[in-house]
Amino acid sequence: MLRGTPFHPRTSALCEGHNWRRWAGYITAGSYELMHEREYWAVRNSAALFDVSPLHKYLITGPDAERLVNRVVTRDVSKCAVNQVMYTPWCDARGKMIDDGTVSRLDEKTFRVTSADPSYRWFHDNAIGLKAKIDDVSDSVAALALQGPNAREILEAVSDAKLDGLKYFRLTHAQIGNVPVTITRTGYTGDLGYEIWADAQNAVPLWDTLIEGGRPYGITPAGILALDIARVEAGLILIEVDYVSAEHARIVAQTSTPFELSLGWTVSLDKGRFNGHKALREEKQRGPAWQFVGIEIDWASLEALYAEVNLPPQLPTTTVRESRPLYAEDRQVGYASSSCWSPLLKKYIALAHLESPYALPGTPVTMEVTVEHQRKQAAAKVVRTPFFEPERKRT
Amino acid sequence: MTKSYDVIVIGAGHNGLVTAAYLAKAGRKVLVLERREIVGGAAVTEEVFPGFKFDTLAHFASLRPEIARDLGVNVDYVGGASGVFTPLPDGGHLLLDNGRSAESIGKFSKSDAEKYPKFIALMKRFAAFLAEAQAMAPPHAPNPQAGELLPLAGLGLKLKGLGDKDMIDLLRALPVSVAELLDDWFETDALKGTLGAQGIIGLTQGPMAAGTSYVMLHHLALQNGLTHSGVVRGGIGKLTEALAGAAKGFGAEIRTGAEVAQIAVKDDRATGVVLASGEEIAAKIVVSNADPRRTFIGLVGAINLDTDFVRSVCNIKYRGASAKVNLALDGLPQLSGVSGDSHLRGRISVSPSLIYLEKAYDDAKYGGVSQKPYLEVAIPSIADPSLAPTGNHVMSIYAQYAPYHLKGGWNDRKREELGRRVVETLSEYAASLPSLILHSQVLTPLDLENTYDLTEGNANHGEMMLDQLFVMRPVPGWAQYRTPVDGLYLCGAGTHPGGGVSGLPGRNAAREILKDARGNA
Repeated sequence: MLRGTPFHPRTSALCEGHNWRRWAGYITAGSYELMHEREYWAVRNSAALFDVSPLHKYLITGPDAERLVNRVVTRDVSKCAVNQVMYTPWCDARGKMIDDGTVSRLDEKTFRVTSADPSYRWFHDNAIGLKAKIDDVSDSVAALALQGPNAREILEAVSDAKLDGLKYFRLTHAQIGNVPVTITRTGYTGDLGYEIWADAQNAVPLWDTLIEGGRPYGITPAGILALDIARVEAGLILIEVDYVSAEHARIVAQTSTPFELSLGWTVSLDKGRFNGHKALREEKQRGPAWQFVGIEIDWASLEALYAEVNLPPQLPTTTVRESRPLYAEDRQVGYASSSCWSPLLKKYIALAHLESPYALPGTPVTMEVTVEHQRKQAAAKVVRTPFFEPERKRT
Repeated sequence: MTKSYDVIVIGAGHNGLVTAAYLAKAGRKVLVLERREIVGGAAVTEEVFPGFKFDTLAHFASLRPEIARDLGVNVDYVGGASGVFTPLPDGGHLLLDNGRSAESIGKFSKSDAEKYPKFIALMKRFAAFLAEAQAMAPPHAPNPQAGELLPLAGLGLKLKGLGDKDMIDLLRALPVSVAELLDDWFETDALKGTLGAQGIIGLTQGPMAAGTSYVMLHHLALQNGLTHSGVVRGGIGKLTEALAGAAKGFGAEIRTGAEVAQIAVKDDRATGVVLASGEEIAAKIVVSNADPRRTFIGLVGAINLDTDFVRSVCNIKYRGASAKVNLALDGLPQLSGVSGDSHLRGRISVSPSLIYLEKAYDDAKYGGVSQKPYLEVAIPSIADPSLAPTGNHVMSIYAQYAPYHLKGGWNDRKREELGRRVVETLSEYAASLPSLILHSQVLTPLDLENTYDLTEGNANHGEMMLDQLFVMRPVPGWAQYRTPVDGLYLCGAGTHPGGGVSGLPGRNAAREILKDARGNA
């Protein structure tokens, strides 16, 4: 049966539209209000509070914890300092991505790994012969993401944490009200933001303290739909939307490597053996066949297509998670896997897989759009991601 | 690194020695490293008690004649030790021996006596086909490589050459249970029990389990029939000593008391070994005669291997099911209903019926030792008095089922209890046995693991069922003696065609190693 998260007593009371979405066996709000628009704007203008408890979380401990994590993920966690967080993909032996998530080094021999899919067995199999213990803490750890320009001020108001010194992708331990928490400066919005990790039993008082203390700063509970737009603006991938996990792919063509997802920066080929190292080394040498890029659809072109049927451009109100073919030189050269209208940028944008020769910023392509049931092609161009990257994200 | 060799072979079991001899013969500088003080692995003769020499583990050899020829190994098999004698609870017995089988079976069933020669002839044709498959390296599955197509086509032709009827019979014989196959042919319980026992040797499965029919065929093929004499004069250790001698003769070096602690791996390539003493020895090629799990998890280390490969190695079923009981006897036991020793020179099989065997398995299924185990007994000292003091004898007993995964685990008390149960079972057919026992050695599967480094006490280096044979031995995708670690090969019973003292895995491995060397030259 689908379950409520530890915050369900509070979130269920707020979820006016009963717009519940399934996420890893839990229900979470798609939007609390009937439309997600106000929640989206909170991310960019004040602070949005997301319940991200359904993330799978694993605590990895023991003398070989670092070796285990390093065997699994593509980044070099031996360079991950205590209180540092790393974003990383992980792959199978073919270098095909299984999942991606964050690795937090809580102390020398303790890591917390988050993943989108259940990963206990994968870590367990990788731990054979190693002195490392894997605990699935998915249910016992509640998690919130506080994202937006006011996030820091709110946290400073409600906690004893010193956040001025907390750099991007670093963590600190603190108290919010009476609740002990770990605060990581991470998120899925590309904005200034934090994620807050606490014992699930303390979820409700944690929520209450944040909402009450955040009210003067415009704190706004927000759902998945708002998050989905913010993450596209931030150029962040979503499993099963922008790539198919190698664990679920039914044919090899459905899979992607980190290089094909333009995550080459996360692959540490010099750290010694890890899953997929051989395949990834070879791929790096020959160059990946695909790149993952930003696409900006040309407004004038879209307007002209709709003008043919006497309509203004019809825009998606939420992120479209269906594939949209991309063309260049009269043939298909890729596909957009996530696309949306960016309310902030006032642009129709997409995250897309493109054959490498067409992936350079500025390359003109066209994207298929369906105008009144007719397939058309709108002019577009390759752009750099993130589409939106405010200075406050890192400073 | 102190010294450097072309090839290091880990383990001086018979297959390791065969590989070493072939490679040395081909001009390679070979070093064999053996953890114990004697060579032979599971094919050793040890003076367990003063004056009593036992084939402590394997007691029947079936080294392929072509291997003996290639390596110039002469083994003296004891003559007149070829039959299978099955004593029965009512004092009767069945004797399967070339020429005498029909007469003995006829006392139970005229129809079975008539059918038996036809059955044996058919099994021989099947076995000849299987022997062909056993002698080759399995092809890559599901897509054989170019060089593998010709031998595969040859195998296909051999199958076709069996004729339509035999071919269908063989295809049917592969997946069924040995009980089903034998019930189709015979009505005599003792005959079916004795033939059926060949379908369960070394398995944690009973004769009613699907796939056991193939296991019987496999053993008949490997042993060149049921009534082949496999008793080596002086003990089976003479065979492995001869193999060691041959390897040395070709220039190989053999070091005993040299335990390998680790296979050195750099950039996915084996570079040599590290001994338990800390000594490092470099080699271009490392060949492991140890079983696959011991090799990959124990010596290479899971961290050096892909996760899915590690998972498949960990999924290999070992679950040893046999114990070995070695008895020093003050005289020859008399079996009820027979006089003299001529019946006792081959193997004695306590397998009165298929039901008996299945019941023995029922106990093991839930983690217990069989109340009445299946026993395969040899008294090699009858034909070879050098194995025991004058007037004394050595008795070698394979007892099944004694599961490695015993409920509550093995301990000294349970080992004693097992020994007692084996002796009691055999005493039902040889009342004088208990009074003749001077010394006894009981080896549980756990003992086999500890002494002979056999994972879970499985002497076959992995259960020999259809799902773990041919292209799936040791694991799917790696049936060609090569491993995911470049320069590391397997040559033991964990590879095709599996357990038994045939030398085939060792010979096939050497052939693939030399093939690779030519490819790289």
